[in-house]
Amino acid sequence: MGRADIAAAFARARAEGRPALMPFWPLGYPTLPVSLRVIEAIARAGADLIELGVPFSDPLADGPVIQRASHIALENGASVAGCLDGAAQLRASGVRVPFLAMGYLNPLLARGEAAYARDWRAAGADGLIVPDLPPEESGALRTICAAEDLALVQFVAPTSTDARIAQSAQAASGFVYVVQVTGVTGARQNLASGLREYVERVKARAGGTPVVVGFGVSTPEQVREIGRYADGVIVASALIRAAGDAADPAAAAFEFTRALRG
Amino acid sequence: MPAIVDADLKTRPPSETRSPWPDDAGKFGPYGGRFVPETLMPALDDVIDAWQEFRNDAAFRAEYEGLLSTYVGRPTPVSHAKRLSATLGGAQIYLKREDLTHTGAHKINNALGQALLARRMGKTRIIAETGAGQHGVATATACALLGMECIVYMGVVDMARQQPNVFRMRLLGAEVRGVTSGTRTLKDAVNEAIRDWVTNIRDTYYVIGSALGPHPYPLMCREFQSVIGLEAREQIQGLAGRLPDAVIACVGGGSNAIGIFHPFLDDPVQLIGVEAGGYGPETGKHAARFAAAPASTGVSGKTGVFQGMRTVVLQNADGQIAETHSISAGLDYAGIGPEHALLRDLRRVEYVHANDADALAAFQALCRFEGIIPALESSHAVAEAIRRAPSMRPDQILLVNLSGRGDKDLNTVLKALGMEGDPS
Repeated sequence: MGRADIAAAFARARAEGRPALMPFWPLGYPTLPVSLRVIEAIARAGADLIELGVPFSDPLADGPVIQRASHIALENGASVAGCLDGAAQLRASGVRVPFLAMGYLNPLLARGEAAYARDWRAAGADGLIVPDLPPEESGALRTICAAEDLALVQFVAPTSTDARIAQSAQAASGFVYVVQVTGVTGARQNLASGLREYVERVKARAGGTPVVVGFGVSTPEQVREIGRYADGVIVASALIRAAGDAADPAAAAFEFTRALRG
Repeated sequence: MPAIVDADLKTRPPSETRSPWPDDAGKFGPYGGRFVPETLMPALDDVIDAWQEFRNDAAFRAEYEGLLSTYVGRPTPVSHAKRLSATLGGAQIYLKREDLTHTGAHKINNALGQALLARRMGKTRIIAETGAGQHGVATATACALLGMECIVYMGVVDMARQQPNVFRMRLLGAEVRGVTSGTRTLKDAVNEAIRDWVTNIRDTYYVIGSALGPHPYPLMCREFQSVIGLEAREQIQGLAGRLPDAVIACVGGGSNAIGIFHPFLDDPVQLIGVEAGGYGPETGKHAARFAAAPASTGVSGKTGVFQGMRTVVLQNADGQIAETHSISAGLDYAGIGPEHALLRDLRRVEYVHANDADALAAFQALCRFEGIIPALESSHAVAEAIRRAPSMRPDQILLVNLSGRGDKDLNTVLKALGMEGDPS
């Protein structure tokens, strides 16, 4: 468990000549029990890692699909405590794939940085992703996460200068999250032009930390294309759109993940 | 306190840059900073660079100050509210008349300044959020004046209750985009504007309407709005021969308050910020971030991170941002500008709240005694003056920032007073 498991997941995918697949699903969406079945199905379908969303009332980096999912989860009673409990249940039922808890900063601060990290570690998470915490503000949480053997992911964006890419890459543990497009989360028809050069620019500064592409990735073809130059790929909105409103969300998520895995 | 301020205080030119905050990282003590997705960080660096370059640039200052005088109508006067003061039988109430600016509120001071900055940065597309609509109207006006594209995000709840301002924005050539996410009010409009900015970062400038958001916005807004306090400080001394005993302003995000407070920070003058008490903090339906609220409401103002800044935010125990309520759309906001959080900690500013009913009563009082229809936001500040004045001496002075006019609020007020319907 912990950072070594994240590294091992990337190494295994690399050895198999493919990008690590990291689907995202919000805990508590549409309800906590259903979300646990969906996440279990995603793991069974071959996800290498899973991003567990922690719903927040004001998800300003997210597009309409994740906004709606967060809203529904909160309407149905989602809480940080419930998310922690859900992750622990998944671990207890034998789901082994590395978990990264993705949540905005305010609920983290409300619980207390140290308590949030400790509780996620105890619930079986291997890392944290905090989209509104830039590297220059992340020092305290980095120290806390390191002590808990939790990864703390950092972001780079198409607008990032080389200096900022280097700063984020140095601060990152687990992986560097490459935001593919200028914009919010949500499926796009096409990959951004110049993505390969952008990913190469990040890799050159990442010092061996895995480089993962997210935002706007939706199809198996895009996953394969990104796998030619990145270490992993995150799929979120497209999966939620495919499975969230399905009659059997877990079955739909299984099929969708299976197709992405190729 | 002496009736006449000593000569040194009276002649000392107040400066906009006396306070030691924010620091280079945009921190106001523990508050402020920049907490945004990585995509925006380089854009904020660009805004900081441009701001550093132009804030003291002679040509930029001349253009901005020229427009304040020939277009906005500055300086706005200070009026002695004689009948209201006499009726209350205590302190003399003076009003800083931001309601008399072009577009009818202080918002234009900031919107025009930022639009000029955006043009110097080579940006062609302007976005803004608005609650009451006054910042949206101000930004739409600045864009019409400067020939720039303007898109304004507004919660659909606010569009309904501030309908005249929606029409004004459209007439001014702006596109008003209704926001249906979350609580459909100001905070959701800010989220949506940030999402637009992240998406269109290369050609777009985001004009934030209050002293909030990530650095350098709270600083820029304060400097553009300080003209209110700089003028008022001179004017009140000219009219009354002395500084006021207290300055009172309403606080939503806090731009009109920081604008009038700042030049008085080093003076022996009490500063009072008035938050929106809504139905009362004890009901949980309010926007008084600093008010003590019973735990049973499940909502309290705690330090957190919201919309790019560390500040005091109304939230539940789990860190979810609270749904707020105020009769005034412009004060209906869960966060508060970071400098106010620091001024609260330092006890330099006293923060109180006025409930919807207090604001409505003050609104009517100002209409009837002074012939001024105030904005519902500003009515909260007037309410606090009405509360305090009777227990003060007639030679004492309360200076109220009348931040905007109330035409936009007629529907809301008539509904609240049961005066709707056929006027015949």
